[in-house]
Amino acid sequence: YIHIINKADMAASKGLKILVGCKRVIDYAVKVRVKPDRSGVVTEGVKHSMNPFDEIAVEEAVRMKEKKLAGEAVAISVGPPQSQETLRTALAMGIDRAIHVEIPLAQLEKLQPIHVSKLLAKVCESEKPDLVILGKQAIDDDCNQTGQMLAALLDWPQATFASKIEPSQDSKQLRVTREVDGGMETIDVSVPAVVTSDLRLNEPRYATLPNIMKAKKKPLAKMSPDQLGVDLQPRQEVISVEDPPVRKAGAKVESVEDLVGKLREKGLVK
Amino acid sequence: MQALRRVFALNQNASWTRTVLATQQKSCLLSSSSILDIGIGLSAEKRQIQELALTFTQNEVAPHMQKWDAEHIFPVEMFTKTAALGFGAIYCKEEHGGSGLSRLDASLIFEAIATGCVTSSAYLSIHNMCAWMIDSTGTEEQRAKWLPQLAPMSRLASYCLTEPGSGSDAAALKTTAKSDGNYYVLNGSKAFISGAGATDLYLVMCRTGADGPKGISCVMVEKDTPGLSFGKIERKLGWNAQPTREVVFENCRVPKSNRLGPEGSGFGLAMRGLNGGRVNIASCSLGAAHASLLAAREYMTVRKQFGKQLAEFQALQFQLAEMAAQLVSSRLLVRQAAQSLDSGDPGAPAVCALAKLHATEQCFDVCNRALQLFGGYGYLLDFPVQQYLRDSRVNCILEGTNQVMRMLVARDIIGRLGDA
Repeated sequence: YIHIINKADMAASKGLKILVGCKRVIDYAVKVRVKPDRSGVVTEGVKHSMNPFDEIAVEEAVRMKEKKLAGEAVAISVGPPQSQETLRTALAMGIDRAIHVEIPLAQLEKLQPIHVSKLLAKVCESEKPDLVILGKQAIDDDCNQTGQMLAALLDWPQATFASKIEPSQDSKQLRVTREVDGGMETIDVSVPAVVTSDLRLNEPRYATLPNIMKAKKKPLAKMSPDQLGVDLQPRQEVISVEDPPVRKAGAKVESVEDLVGKLREKGLVK
Repeated sequence: MQALRRVFALNQNASWTRTVLATQQKSCLLSSSSILDIGIGLSAEKRQIQELALTFTQNEVAPHMQKWDAEHIFPVEMFTKTAALGFGAIYCKEEHGGSGLSRLDASLIFEAIATGCVTSSAYLSIHNMCAWMIDSTGTEEQRAKWLPQLAPMSRLASYCLTEPGSGSDAAALKTTAKSDGNYYVLNGSKAFISGAGATDLYLVMCRTGADGPKGISCVMVEKDTPGLSFGKIERKLGWNAQPTREVVFENCRVPKSNRLGPEGSGFGLAMRGLNGGRVNIASCSLGAAHASLLAAREYMTVRKQFGKQLAEFQALQFQLAEMAAQLVSSRLLVRQAAQSLDSGDPGAPAVCALAKLHATEQCFDVCNRALQLFGGYGYLLDFPVQQYLRDSRVNCILEGTNQVMRMLVARDIIGRLGDA
């Protein structure tokens, strides 16, 4: 599917339409415990919140609206019924409307980025956003795949690990600064595009009480994977989930010679 | 995001003490036990408001709680941030910047903030009470003048009822307001005023008429009015993050247009303000007890004696269970009192008195028990339970002593002897 937008000056247009992905994950501060049957981690009764990188994505979309770079911002979440709380948070931060793709409980644990990216791609066909912003990765699985897969499915350019998003010099593209291992890389991408947010892109705002009240009236549409025609067959089977090994005590050495000696002993250095 | 950055910073903890302290801050939000769920019985909408207040508290309040207490800092900047979220005039009408929410929403917010600093939450509740008194009783001019300043907390308010000679016997107050043309001339002094000297607007209950409650009016006095001065900052057991001082009036001339409501209506207004104030202060006690209980629970899984975690000793488990009964019963009663006020129930004042009585006493006991569970460490100022204890102690005294609360509750019970 190809979506061509008017390449006129971005500042003069109605503004980009942005689709922001948010995932409901176990809260970052929870001490995660493995289930006794080692099939996964305990999620019941455990505090969940919006993936922190997705909060950053939502914040960026709202800021782009405030700067008039964007006209409409839509939040989408693929997940269980409780994902609606996550979407309400996005709405309270300033998103205009929300879409919830509800996943039945039986299929939830086996959901993979490949499925999510296919669902998002289908939604992009009907919503036709100019920009999709996703968190770079979810803090529960740390996959860092959905954004890249989505771009590939749509055949759109991708700019991942974004620490800055602004109009390019000629205002016809987006200039994205990316945080990569070697430092910062700046690229120009044409829209429509997929961008994933990194930690330093922005600092998310708190919702305010008036915005929480206003968010109640904003539209929240529900969809199912069947309606979107996406097959959720798992491609992977989780065999077991275990605690990381208990950290063993280390040893202190007195000199560099001692250190090199120990490394040789352990066969780590020739 | 600030939360993620702090996670990385916390990983550098070396000492055991700091490890325990580091987990304290996060524990309030994370209870996976349904008994201690701070959102027990609440709708998704109420939980969202509570969540906002808790997250704000975790980031902007809790990390500073001990410093504000030790250095006696009144955190005005933090209050401005709360006001930006709509916490400055929670149950005032939206017309002039209030949030238009309910007493229950306010209770949730004060409870949440108190998990991070009881003193700050208490002041926030006093400011809200004053804003409401103006919003509910003020003329259009008074509301239009003051609420746009009080809601964002660009101006702060204090409530002045108690005097050196009249605490529980509030109606015996002696500060006079003699009529002089278009002015009142105030003479007298108020005691134990929260925020005095640091706030901008003083709601003063003073005598414009004869003795007794019917001679009392409420007059707003702006700071820097000639004749308005303050006593020394009191040295207190707790509430150190807030100045408490005498407020002195010496021929202090205040325009009559600053009077709230008709002459003689001041006492009733003060009492109506206190109904909400009691729910609010009880909510602060809930926050203190909640934080203390979770802190104790966390400590008991870390501390080992006799080869076992403290959490494995039945006597200590029973302590936690009893503390939970105290906390949750208080919580439900306080929220019921808030709802009674919201629904305009004529019996609400008695429910508010009962909630204040029960919650402030039970929650103080929870903090005290939590301190005991910490053993010697509980006595050190490095550990937060002692601050929750000191800060929540006064809740049994102000906004009407718990002895006065007993009077009100008994009056409600016996007064209805005629009913079935």
